[in-house]
Amino acid sequence: MHLDHSHDATGAPVPSADARRPDGRRRALRIGLGGPVGSGKTATVAALCRALREEFSLAVVTNDIYTREDAEFLLREAVLPPERIAAVETGACPHTAIRDDISANLEAVEELEEETGPLDLVLVESGGDNLTATFSRGLVDAQIFVIDVAGGDDIPRKGGPGVTTSDLLVVNKTDLAPYVGSDLARMAADAKAARGELPVVLQSLRGEGGVGEVAAWVRARLAAWTA
Amino acid sequence: MSRAALLVLADGRFPAGGHAHSGGAEAAVRAGRITGAAELEDFCRGRLHTAGLVAASVAAAAALGCEPAGLDAAADARTPSPALRLAARRLGRQLVRAARATWPSPGLDALARDFPKGAHQPVVLGLTARAAGLGPEDAAYCAAYESVSGPATAVVRLLGLDPFEAAGVLARLAPEVDEVVGRAVAAARDAAVEGVDVLPAASAPLLEVCAEAHAAWSVRLFAS
Ligand SMILES: Nc1nc2c(ncn2[C@@H]2O[C@H](COP(=O)(O)OP(=O)(O)O)[C@@H](O)[C@H]2O)c(=O)[nH]1
Ligand SMILES: [Mg+2]
Repeated sequence: MHLDHSHDATGAPVPSADARRPDGRRRALRIGLGGPVGSGKTATVAALCRALREEFSLAVVTNDIYTREDAEFLLREAVLPPERIAAVETGACPHTAIRDDISANLEAVEELEEETGPLDLVLVESGGDNLTATFSRGLVDAQIFVIDVAGGDDIPRKGGPGVTTSDLLVVNKTDLAPYVGSDLARMAADAKAARGELPVVLQSLRGEGGVGEVAAWVRARLAAWTA
Repeated sequence: MSRAALLVLADGRFPAGGHAHSGGAEAAVRAGRITGAAELEDFCRGRLHTAGLVAASVAAAAALGCEPAGLDAAADARTPSPALRLAARRLGRQLVRAARATWPSPGLDALARDFPKGAHQPVVLGLTARAAGLGPEDAAYCAAYESVSGPATAVVRLLGLDPFEAAGVLARLAPEVDEVVGRAVAAARDAAVEGVDVLPAASAPLLEVCAEAHAAWSVRLFAS
């Protein structure tokens, strides 16, 4: 699926999305998590770390609007050892750091890999922005877009690149649907209409299944990456 | 040589990490030293004639072919704040990545190999200009202009300053940018003959001191 891109004359890998590290080993799979502020990105990252950390070597990069808030939450929750969590400053423009100028994020990912690697998976959380913020393909191999039922049940219908083109759409906080008057069936139908064959998961991190379905999707991506 | 290559390199959207740095403006805004366009202009003027001049001369010297390791040491010696040294090396490493992808060249490959933790950004900028077929004056222009455009953009975001006012500040500073570039290129030509010690060593102590404090803030929007 992912080709080993060309190497330059010195044997150094070409920048960005090269699938191999300079030493020839396969680099970690990188998955981005984007979506509006408060939809549950950090909570999903934390839950994924807890679900996957026994099976895989993990690290996380956060892109806060304010530096380190998300990183500090993950540290407090002790989902990973501190050296596996890095925070990137975004100069008040979180979407720029994940899409238009990905250099600081690439550095953070590579530093984690150098210092704590080999890694299987790096999760890159966006600082949270609007519905148009998506990750560059030069930074991540796949992206999850997280929205929630409390943000309004018309978001899947409104669309936008995150909703329509992300590799996985997560509709989070389904436990809150009765309280905010969101129609889950309608959200699911609108999402299906907007996304065609691309998968959608409705989840509640407060509920029994928790992050299980998303973790299973990540496991499948990892299996394809290392195949 | 392509004139348009200069536009590619000087474009604020060139993806080399600069957007996350305020050039000290975030600290100055917090301290109440920048509250509007007039203070932004003073701040930028100060930065242009100190850090901007040094960066422009280092970039010009690198574009002229001065040895990168010596220039990097010269830049270190002219940057007392460890936080600013770190920021300059981070930006240098980010620029080398973007530059190698944009203008592949053996000089940039060697730089990436010899400075795994990054060389000072103006050194990389000069070598990038070289790789792009540009000259020392072009490199100096990029460095000098960046020294004022970075804070101006940051203050638009930090204060909600009217972007037209910020553009006006940059336009008013343009003649001084020309002058700084002239001095920087002359110094770089001297350095090519006499060695890097003759490069300008102007410094802005408040920028250095505030950069240290800024790096220790737990909540900030910009990396420097
Ligand atoms: N009720 C409920 N709250 C959730 C769920 N997921 C996250 N939250 C809460 O929503 C708030 C915002 O979550 P966070 O992960 O910080 O959002 P982010 O801005 O997207 O990273 C926090 O208080 C979370 O505890 C969920 O499934 N159900
Ligand atoms: Mg978050």
